[in-house]
This record gives sequence, C-alpha cells and structure tokens, in this order.
Amino acid sequence: MTARRLDSTSEQSSAESLSFTFDGRTLKGRAGDTVASALLANGVRILGRSFKYHRPRGLWGAGAEEPNAIVDITYAGQRTPNSRATAIALQDGMEVRSVNTSPDAEKDRYGLLDRFSQFLPAGFYYKTFLWPDWHLFEPRIRAMAGLGHLDPATQPEADCPQRSAHCDLLVIGAGPAGLAAARAAAQEGRDVLLADEQDQPGGSLLHRGGVIEGQPAGQWISESLELLDGHGATRLASTTAYGIYDHNLVCLWERRRGQPDRLWRVRPQQIVIATGAIERPLVFNNNDRPGVMSADSALLYLRRHDILVGQKIVIATNNDTAYPVASALAEAGAEVVLADLRPEAQAALPDNVEVRMETSVQAVEGKASVEGVLLNGQRHEADCLLVAGGFTPSVHLHCQAKGRLHYREDILAFVPDEPVAGTSVTGAANGAFDLASVLEQGHAVGSTKGNAPQASECLSSYGIQPAWPNPKAQGRQWIDFQNDVTVKDVALAARENYRSVEHLKRYTTLGMATDQGKTSNMNGLAAMAAISGRTIPEVGTTTYRPPYVPVPLPVIAGRRRGELFSPMRRLVLENEHRAADAAFREYGPWLRPAFYGKGKPEDEIQREARQARQTVGLFDGSPLGKVEVMGPDAAALMDFNSYNTLSTLKPGRVRYGFMLNEDGVVYDDGVVLRLAEDHFIVSCSSGHVPGVVMRLEEWRQDRFDPARVVIHNSTPQWATLTTTGPRARDLIAALGLDLDLSDEARPHMSFANARYQGTPIRVARVSFTGDRSYEISIPASRAKELWAHMRKEGDKLEATLLGTEGLMILRAEKGFIVAGKDTDGYTLPMDLGMSGPRKKRTGEYVGKRSLFTEEAERSDRPALVGLTVDDDTPLATGAHAVEDGPKGLRSLGFVTSSYWSPTLERPIALALVDSGRQRIGETIEIYHLGTRQRAKVTSPCAFDPEGERLYA
Amino acid sequence: MQRFSCPFCGPRDETEFFYGGEAGNERPEPAENISPVRWAQYLHMEKNEKGRAREIWVHLTCGEFFVMERDTVTHEIFKTEAFHGERT
Repeated sequence: MTARRLDSTSEQSSAESLSFTFDGRTLKGRAGDTVASALLANGVRILGRSFKYHRPRGLWGAGAEEPNAIVDITYAGQRTPNSRATAIALQDGMEVRSVNTSPDAEKDRYGLLDRFSQFLPAGFYYKTFLWPDWHLFEPRIRAMAGLGHLDPATQPEADCPQRSAHCDLLVIGAGPAGLAAARAAAQEGRDVLLADEQDQPGGSLLHRGGVIEGQPAGQWISESLELLDGHGATRLASTTAYGIYDHNLVCLWERRRGQPDRLWRVRPQQIVIATGAIERPLVFNNNDRPGVMSADSALLYLRRHDILVGQKIVIATNNDTAYPVASALAEAGAEVVLADLRPEAQAALPDNVEVRMETSVQAVEGKASVEGVLLNGQRHEADCLLVAGGFTPSVHLHCQAKGRLHYREDILAFVPDEPVAGTSVTGAANGAFDLASVLEQGHAVGSTKGNAPQASECLSSYGIQPAWPNPKAQGRQWIDFQNDVTVKDVALAARENYRSVEHLKRYTTLGMATDQGKTSNMNGLAAMAAISGRTIPEVGTTTYRPPYVPVPLPVIAGRRRGELFSPMRRLVLENEHRAADAAFREYGPWLRPAFYGKGKPEDEIQREARQARQTVGLFDGSPLGKVEVMGPDAAALMDFNSYNTLSTLKPGRVRYGFMLNEDGVVYDDGVVLRLAEDHFIVSCSSGHVPGVVMRLEEWRQDRFDPARVVIHNSTPQWATLTTTGPRARDLIAALGLDLDLSDEARPHMSFANARYQGTPIRVARVSFTGDRSYEISIPASRAKELWAHMRKEGDKLEATLLGTEGLMILRAEKGFIVAGKDTDGYTLPMDLGMSGPRKKRTGEYVGKRSLFTEEAERSDRPALVGLTVDDDTPLATGAHAVEDGPKGLRSLGFVTSSYWSPTLERPIALALVDSGRQRIGETIEIYHLGTRQRAKVTSPCAFDPEGERLYA
Repeated sequence: MQRFSCPFCGPRDETEFFYGGEAGNERPEPAENISPVRWAQYLHMEKNEKGRAREIWVHLTCGEFFVMERDTVTHEIFKTEAFHGERT
C-alpha cells in the first residue's frame, strides 16, 4: 500500500507541524490527525503484530471498532497501553509504540510462530500445557502473547473529574440521525445533551456527504450546531457513551485536550441511541494482510485527512455503498477496480472505474503488504484492497439496556426490537442506511411536530447480497483479527460441540479482544451458522455488556484515591496530639495516636503502659460511642436491644453489657449511662457507632412506636478525655470542677453532670484499665482548653500521655475484651463468662432464642481464657491451641490478644479455647508456623483479680 | 446504578440505601415457645423471590426504614412506602 497525503506540496507540507515517533522513528503529522491517519499519511504499513501468531497487521478502519491498530502511547510522561490509533488525536511529542512486537512491528522475532499455526488451533494452550503444571509454561506463553505493556513508572494522577447531569434528551451520536433528533427536540424547548465520539460532529456526513435541505452536508451540520447552541443544548465532542446501566444511567467518557479526561453520569428522561453502523470485513484467504482496509474508512481518510490509501486499488463489495467510494478514489487519482459479487447494482456506475460484476476475491498475495488480489481465480496487481462487506448496526447500548434484537434478511443484520422504556434507537443503529430515512427517523424520535430535514443527492440503495464466510474455502480466512481467530477455529469449535454462541466465543476467543468483536462477531455467527446447518438468527448473538470501548481506569476511579477514597475521621485534638509527638495510626475510620514520643514504638508503648499503672495516664477517647436513646419507651427499647437488663439501672449509674445479633453472637460490648428515666447514653465501641445507631433505629421503627422513642448519635459533638491510674482522682480534683469525688459520692460505675469553666460536662467513673478511671465528656468545641488544663495538672503528677496501643496492653492485663478481636463470629455471651441474663431474663431481647439451641448448650463451647508461658517470648496473636488427634493436629482455638506486660514483667495473652474454663490450670500446646510452645491456661484476668485498684 | 425513591426524601442513588431483609419475616416470639426449626427459618430461610419481591430497605442518609416492592429480575421499582409500627 502506498498511501500518501494528496496535497503534500511544499506549501502544504508546512501543515505537517506535529512531530511524533513510531517505534523510535520520527514522523510528522498535522493538526486534526488521529494517530492512525498520521501513520497512514507517512506510509507506515505494519502497525503491529497479531496477538497469537504475530502476523503483520495494518490499519483496518477509522473508528472505535479498530481491531488492528492497537498501540502504546507515551505522552507527557504517562504511558497508556493498548490505545486504538484511530481514536487518539495526534499530539506533538507523542511516542507511539506498536504492541506485541519485538523489537518492532517491521522486524518481529516471533513472526515465525505463524509458520506453526496449524499446530496452534483454538484451545491449543488449554489442551497442551496440562502436564506437569500450566504455571510452568505460563510466564513464557504470556510473554509471547498479549498486547501492550504497562509502564511500572507510570502512576496516573487521580485527577479525572466526574460530573453528574440530568437532561430531557441525551442524544448519543452526532451523525445525521442524532443531529436531526437533537434539532427537533431543542426546537421544542427540551433540554438536550448531544455527545459524539469523534472530535467533530457530523458522523458519516463528514465523508459520505450529501445535500440536506438544499445545503451541502457540511453547511447543514454548522447550521444545526448553531441552532443547538442557540437553544442552550450541551454538546460534547470526543465523548463516548460507553455504558447504559440500571434505570437508564448513561456513562460518558469525555477526552479533553490539555485537560484530564472526564466522566459523566447522565440521567436523561429519554435516551436517543444514534450510534450508527460499522462496516464489516469480507472473509477470504489472507484477508488480514496490511493493506486490506474498510472501504468506508478509506473514504473517510480521503475526505477528512486528504489521504489516498493506495494507487492501484481493488474494492470488493456485496452492496451499493462501495460505489461512491470507488468514484471518489478514482477522482482523487487512483486506479480503481470495483469487484462486485452481485449480478447487478442499483447505484450509479462511477466514471474512471473498472466495474466487474459477479466477481469476488479469493485471496490476497503479499505478506507485509498487498501485492496482488485473486479475482475470480485471476491475479490482479494491486497495492490496496478495500472491502465493503455491509454494515452492522451498533446496537450495543440498546442491548446493554436489556433490549432485544431481531434479524432482518433484507439488510443481513440484527436490528433492535421494541425500544427499551426511556430509550429510542434511530438511524443506521436501527438499520436505516439511506440518508432520507435516517433523517426522518432521527427527527421522529426528537419531536412529533414539524417535518424531517429532506435529503437529496445521496445514495439511496443498499442492495446487499450475502457474502458470508465459506467454511469449505481454501486457505486461512480471518474472522477476528485482534484475537487471531480463523474460520477453521470456528469449525473446530463446532466439531468439539462448542456450538452455543457463548461457548464459541469463549472457546475460540472470538470477540473477546479489546475491540469486543465489533468487526468480527457477525462473520463468526455466520460461519457457525453455515458449519452447523443453522440460520444466523438461530445461532444468535452473545451478550452485550459495558463498556462499549475500553475506558481507562483512572476515569472510572476519578478522584477517589488516598484520603478521598475513604474520608478519614479526625480528632478535634489532632493538632495537640501532633505537638506532643503522637504517632498516628488508622483505627477503623479514625486517625488516632497509637503512642507518643520519638523512640522505638515498642519502647514508647511499654513506657506508657507502665507509667499509667504507676501514676496517671491521659487518653483521648473521643471516638467512643455516645448514642442517646430518649423517650417514654427508651427503657423498653434498651432492654430489647441489650443482653443485659437496663430498665433497672438507676439514673446516674452506669452498667456494662453486651449487644447480641439475632444469632446470639456478641456484636458489641460497652457501658450504658442512664441520664434520666427516659434518657440513656450507649457508650459503644468506637468502630461500632454507625452499626449500633442503625440497629437501634431498625428496632425502634419496626417494633416500637417511633413517636415514643428517638435515637440521636451525639458522638462527634463530644470529646471524651480519660484519666486512668492511681493518681487519676488527684488530677480531676485539680481541675476545680466543684464535684464531690469521694468514693461514697462517686463510686465506680457512676457518673455526674458538672461544669468546667461554665461549660456543661459529664464525668463518668468507668474503667477499661482496671485502675481508677474518670472519663470527662465535654462539647468538642471546648476540648482544647480542658485537655491543656489536664496536661498541665498532669505534669505535676508525672502523668503520661497514653496512646491506643498502650491502652490495649492495660485492658488485656485485666482480661477486658475488644469485641471482634477477642470474639469471633461464633462467640456467645456465655463463652465470655456472662451467663446471668440468659438464665434470669424473662422478656424478649435480640438474640435470645439463639442462646438456647443445641449448639449454644454444648458443654465443650469455647471460652475466653488467659495463657501464660514459661519463657519471655509472647505468643503470636492468631496462633492455634492444638492437640494431637487421630488425623494429626486438631485446633482447640486460637490466641486473640498477646502482649508483653511491663507491669507484670511477663508475656500475657487471651485466647478462645474449646472447653476453656474446664482447662484452667492445664498446660496446652500452641502451634505457630511450624513451632510449638507450651502455655498454661489461666483465667483471663492476669492483673489485680480482686479489683482493688479501682479504689486504690 | 439503580434509583430508589425514599418515601421521605424522594429519588436517590442506590448507594444511599442498604438492604434490610425480606418484608413479612415476622419475629417469632416468645422464645420459650419457638421451635429450633421455626427460629432457623426466621434467621436464615430467605424466599429469594425471582420477580416481584417485597423488601425492607433503609435510606442511610435519613435513617428511615421503608418497604419497597421491586422486580428482582428487571429491577423495575413498583412502589416504596413508609411503615409506621405495623410489622410488614
């Protein structure tokens, strides 16, 4: 093929101002070029090698359907693999690299694979590399196959904006049908959004031309755009509607020059699918050679890019659409032979073209390019073969919206049945291939009023005759260019009974490449129909799924990365903690101090835990739940929601307990404060706040009178600052709260309202450490002053700041659980030693029935226990308690928490162990990564079992 | 992306909602009189209707539970309604 730019005179060549490289060669292109048109204008024939056999491949088409011209593009430091050269606007400085080639497209060392093609049929890899193990072969095979290469250094920015939009009418495709629909709707005052994949609107009018309403097509397009702009329509160019999702949500991918791509989520009242049709290949021996192109695309390159695709051109056709192409190419100076397999045509016979009727192509000669064409058995010299195999309507979006298809024998194509509610399909996508009907259909879906634009001077006949693949023909006939599937592969699939169209697809990979079979599916179905003695509609189509074209993942991800992926919840005192050298870690959604100080983390954590036992620790417990339950039925709801009875709790008092799921499993543990007869605060675990609110709401709305009890989550409104340790009371006393802190007035598990410098606060005496502790809850806006005051008084008492990690050691020393860490999805409250409510409670509560099942009453249920070891090595968290059984080791449970206790100066651990309570005093084996360690089972509480320190 | 209509807030994207189970799965009580089989049915045996189904959903952003009738195959929404105390 000797493609060239027609007007490349010295004056015009200054237009070739964009410089780019292809496989390292520097080439020139011009503004308005796609990568494909620029390569074509430079006479580059081989654009890549095929997926499986490494056959040389050249440009096939000009649009989204392109199967061959797949390239890796590096631009502005970012590499985008597997881009369709036909869809990428050329930019100055682009580096274009062919795919699946080494070293380059022209000289590919795996090209010899093609000689072994008869040994590489469909399913070859599945059948051959079974023994001893596929994984042995996989790396080599993968290296030889596949397409583009990712650049590990490329880290796309998370900078693609995403927009949601609503409109009355979304028109997809700005060809004649889409423009007619958009015009009609806009003139009725409807809010129109018009999206088109190309960089300029017009679709087929841009190269097929015609006269509309007495004006040349180009003028009619400009006038239409002006009209749309005047009515305030939104127009998007270079924008692909790649999917219709549930309830008619349409996603658009907009490519913008000099700006990141943009994703649109559009909810239109009505969707007009005016996506046109795609020309399909004819199937004959070596029909994949570089230089065999779509006839319609050749016309497009001529009209839009001034490129003549060859000098000695053969056009093979089974329909009338090739005639205007032949005429245009001859006029542009090419020597054209038109081979029409039909006995006669309706289209006007073009001048300067040799038309041969009842003539078909049997084979192409030449390897890296077309050298000759076999026409009715006679060799004809040519440098380019254009094929016009008829048009396949782009029904993808209609089918994604769950629309059905039927087959039309007159145009040999599947077209939409009844449109899906809220959508209409119009123009070529609906099987209308002449301009007059296209305009009429387009107008009709846009408006019921007015007249459709009138077309003249355009092709009005189609007259297609079948030219489907012939399974008996000689040679290698390619159906799917991108995945290297031939007619023989389809025959093999049929022979091995992969006859269902979905099986055919997966067995041969027909239609499974990045082009999703836009050019190949129809020929594949037809081949299967011929081989299996069925009709094409009997074979049917495969399922159409989004996306219509490959969409870059950064577009879909948008800006949701890092902190925007999952917004972090931050403490109101974060800056104060940072100033105190806090090391932050994520605990669920919260960013919290794990420990303070710049030393080694283990050392700092141990120091904090030790010192908090000796003097006093200051801990920011603000994320702790503060869910208020209020109203006359509050007590009843609290009772139903909790394992422990709460209606008997006296105002001013605090009670510890569990919430269960309906399956009896412990969901959360925590304390409940009763503020008044009709007012409780649920102080659930930090991570369970949203879940607790939701379950309270569910029962409130489904079981209680919602007017008599309400739930309010006030967690974020309050900061909770905790002091724990022997000097905790001294520190609180120093704050001047005007509060009696004597044990008589303020015993463990009680609370009081008070004021701190005029601000209302709540002081609760509860303990997660086993030491005397006070939690002060204060409105978040005043937390700073209080914290600073507590720090100042703390300094006088040798206080330590206590991070979450240190607190974890303190609670584990006491055997206090963290729900979800020391419990699992089977843990019942009795397993944790809390059997009282199960025995005593008479009323209903969540999970009650599940505590009386056979499973719940098993005597060997797991129990939470402590473990001690003889040496100084803490057990691994997650290590299993094991015993020898007849079939080897058997698990008895596992270690849930394990720490070095700085106070006890030995390792401590908690574990869930079968029959755990009966085993207290026994020695069991702990297995971890092949090693065994002996541990003694103890009660969970390793420190101060009498609880004396609460009053120390 | 489906769109559901919260009876309180109007149409919203499905990501704002959470499935709350099949409607009409009444909690068997009192626990003392309920057979293990009946309890297991309540806990685990979903009807999993193909086609028209009546379900409980919650609109997470406003916290209201409601009943939705929809087609589990076509995703058509027939209606959504608030419930007020009655166990649906």
